[in-house]
Parts: sequence; structure tokens; C-alpha cells
Amino acid sequence: MKILVAVKRVIDYNVQIRVKEDGSGVVTDNVKMSTNPPDDNAIEEAVKIKESGKATEVVAVSVGEEKAQETVRKALAVGSDRGILVKAEGMIEPLAVAKILQKVVEKEKPDLVFMGKQAIDDDCNQTGQMLAALLNWPQATFASKIEVKDGSLEVTREVDEGLETLEVNIPAIVTCDLRLNEPRYASLPNIMKAKKKPIEQINASDLGIDTKPRVEQVKIEEPPKRKAGIKVASVEELVQKLKNEAKVL
Amino acid sequence: MSVLLIAEHSNKEYRPFTLNAISAASEINEDVHVLILGSNSDNVAKSISEIPNVKKVIHVNDPLYENYLAENYSSAILKLAESYSHIVCSANTFGKNLMPRIAALLDVSQVSDITKVVSEDTFVRPIYAGNAFATVKSNDRIKCVTIRPTSFDPAPTSGGSAEIQNGNPGDPSNLSKFIKKEEIKSDRPELGTARVVVSGGRGMQSGENFKLITAVADKLNAAIGASRAAVDAGYITNDHQVGQTGKVVVPDLYIAVGISGAIQHLAGMKESKVIVAINKDGEAPIFSVADYGLEADLFDALPKFLEELNKLNTIQK
Repeated sequence: MKILVAVKRVIDYNVQIRVKEDGSGVVTDNVKMSTNPPDDNAIEEAVKIKESGKATEVVAVSVGEEKAQETVRKALAVGSDRGILVKAEGMIEPLAVAKILQKVVEKEKPDLVFMGKQAIDDDCNQTGQMLAALLNWPQATFASKIEVKDGSLEVTREVDEGLETLEVNIPAIVTCDLRLNEPRYASLPNIMKAKKKPIEQINASDLGIDTKPRVEQVKIEEPPKRKAGIKVASVEELVQKLKNEAKVL
Repeated sequence: MSVLLIAEHSNKEYRPFTLNAISAASEINEDVHVLILGSNSDNVAKSISEIPNVKKVIHVNDPLYENYLAENYSSAILKLAESYSHIVCSANTFGKNLMPRIAALLDVSQVSDITKVVSEDTFVRPIYAGNAFATVKSNDRIKCVTIRPTSFDPAPTSGGSAEIQNGNPGDPSNLSKFIKKEEIKSDRPELGTARVVVSGGRGMQSGENFKLITAVADKLNAAIGASRAAVDAGYITNDHQVGQTGKVVVPDLYIAVGISGAIQHLAGMKESKVIVAINKDGEAPIFSVADYGLEADLFDALPKFLEELNKLNTIQK
């Protein structure tokens, strides 16, 4: 069984982002970039399935600028066998990413595609479901547990009311929640080894996919600033303020 | 120009956030039609027809829809999609799972999680976990939009009498199968909708100490939250996590105890109406968003806080 894992390079989740003054976007120059956090869970799960003997190959793929190669390289350092970088400039909407991944899937013929449930930059939460639609594969989103069965997966999903379990036929798309597993750190020897693993580079334009955005970004703004309030001197004062001033007790 | 809203329901009743989504839908266009895909779901159709904002209910009653599977839902929705300018649903796990599948099949780009309707084609949505807001304009012929329920007031529930039309089921997909659902039953309000949330951070020092939080939460009928640091330290399970990688909450009162206020935590709670911070580090960033800050050792302050609450004659529920 072969597992394809899609990973995205995003601004690190610990960075306080800054909005550009002209409202055209968010400052990304000289900002620390990392793998989208739930994509780390997706890689970890694929590698664990391979280690358990149920998969033979894990391929990491990223769509983005040249530097997204670092993100693919990191996936190789934690156990992926090889990488693919589909180079595309500028903002690529989830629909276009899904179409690109569809081409990669048609070529690579994986049995499973894993990715994070959502990217923490655009917060769209679309790509996995869109890819499932384009391929006419089943989808299991927000996965917190994956069990590989014969010809299918049993997936536990985090839903608003609790947990839901689905059985999806293989081939399938799974989008991973943070609760799925604890991603491992890359050891130094594995980082060195990853440098020798192959990364194939493809241009999105060569795949014949139109990546022009369909949704116009009119402007990006800072959220309304919350004003700091007051410091209270004692618990008694706090309770009085909450009762009589804020009227929330 | 009409809006088709996909209702989330349990076959017995609609989920409360459907009302918030209906409000947003009628801001897009007044001609709101609601599609109910269900099995033995007549009651849902009836109660939705009584919502004044709803102009028409399309009810597809078929055993295929006893459980919600995006693969089965999408084919029924696609049969109707071309007659609408917008297809919308709430941006909870239901809508997040469903809408991109529909959008891709229609070859349109989805607009996720809107918090404001500017016009029929222009919306505001948070990005970077609410650390920025994007105004976006969709140029697709059919606009697929999911709605952040907490950003819109619920629609009124009575006074309407929309026509209920029976619709046709789509094709069964057989790609996936529902096995089971385990609903987490708790006497405590749900974190996402609670009026009051009391959260603990790394300052709690242990899982055992969370009983101080529990006691206050019991008193206030509050949900219990936690920072990622507290979850990572193993003090509490991660379904309590508030923040960019956890839940986004907007209660009337948010009490942050022993939480320093990392960016990723603030992203999940800074829209709360009133924020209280209790922390012994007076320089902690949490104080920059708190309406009321108390610089104190939480192990002294929490028991005292509970004592003061007990002195009050009444507490809002």
C-alpha cells in the first residue's frame, strides 16, 4: 500500500503575524516558516502505518514556491521515502491545489492520501474534501484515529457533538486532526539521511492546471484591537466589578 | 438569485446553529430556501418552515439520509445547485466536511467561515486564526459559502409558514459507511456555546489542581477550557483546548487562570465579551486583552473567588 501525504509550508504557529500596511496581505519576509501543524500529524500517521508493515511507501508532496522544498525535506526527515514539489507562485486556492493533487494522484496511484484538516494560514479547510470529490473517493475528515482494515479504513472523526466512526473504502482521503498522534522530532542522523532522499520537481503549469484565483482578496485588515482593561486589587473587587459593572454574574 | 441552505439536523430536530446560518443567509439574499436531507425527518421540515426568514423548504425524506455522509449528501445537493446563486451552511464540522465536496463538483472556489456579509458576492472572513480579517469577493457563478455561526444572531423560530416541497434523493455512493456516533454527554455546557468559560493554563501546575477550576465552573455553570500548554503538560484532555489549534470560544465571560496568553491561545478567546485574567506575573500578555486583571497567586485567588461567589445571592445561569 502506498500513502501520499500533502504538506503545506505556512508561517509558524508561534509567530505573531503582521498585516501589510497597504492591506494587500500578511508580511512573510524574514518570518519563520514551518510545516502546517496538522500536516505533521498526517506524516506521522502515514509513517506509523508503514512501520506497522501495512504500507510500503510514504510519498510527501507540497504545492508552493521553491522554498516549500524545505517542508518536503522535513517530511523526509521523519520517515517519508521520497518527495514531490509542485512549484507554483503566489496564492493558490484550495480548488487549484486539489486539482494539482488530483494529477499527482493519477500519476502516483496511491491507495491513501493524508493531509492536515486545515491550514493555519488561510484557515480554509477545503483541500482534502475537494480532492476526494474530484477523484470520487470517500473522505474522512478531522480524523483522530485510523485503523487499517482489509480494503477499507475505520476512521474516528472529531465532530461537534463528540466522536463519529466511519468506514471508508480504499482508496480514500483522510484529513488529520491534532489529536491523531504525537508527531516525532527528526533526529540529526535522519535529517542527514533525508538530504539524500529524492525530491521530484514539477511545474504546476506543466500539469495544465489554471491556478489563477477565483476569489478576489479585496483587503486584509488587522482585527479590531481589544483595549486592555483595568487591574483590580483583590478578589472582592473583581467579583464586585463583574457583578455590578460588567453585569455578567 | 436565491440562497440554498443545507440544514444540519438529527432527523428529530434541527441543530441550533442552523438558525444563525439562516440569519446570515437572509443577509445575502432574502429568498432563502432550506434543504433537509433526512430520514423520518418530518418534524425538522415542519419546524424549519415556521422560521420567518425561510421562504421555502425542500424536504428529501429517504432512508439513505438516516446518517450524514458527505458522499451521499453531495449528489442530492448537486441536483438542485444550478437553480441557486448561493449554497450555504454553517461552518461547524458538518458544513466544513460537506461544502468543499459540493464546491469542487461544481468547479467553484469556496468561501469558508464568513463572519460578515458585505454584499451578495463580498464577505469578511478571519484568517490566521482571527489575527487578520480578509474581505473577499467571489467571482464564481454559484457561490459556496460556509458561515461562522457565532458571528450571526439566531433567526426567530416562529411566525413563518413556508411551503414544504418534497425533493428527490440523490444517488447512493457506497464509498463510505456510517458505523457509530458517541455523543459526549455532560451536565456542563458545551465549550463552543457556553455563556461562561473558566480556563486553566500551565500555572495550574498539575491535573489535580484543575479541581479548583472545576469548583468555580460548577458554581458559574461554566464550561472548562485550557491552554495548549496545559494540554501538552497532560493536565487535561485536548477537547478542552481553547486557541488556534483548539476551539474558538466567544462567551459572555471568559476567565483565564494561570494562562500567560500566547498568541495561539488569544486567537481562540479574544472575541469574548468580558475577559478576566488571574496570573501572578503582572507582565503576562493575557493582561493586554483582559477587561479585569488580577495579579495574584491563583492558589490563593481561586478559593477566595469561589468564596465570594458563594456570598452572592444570585448568579446568572
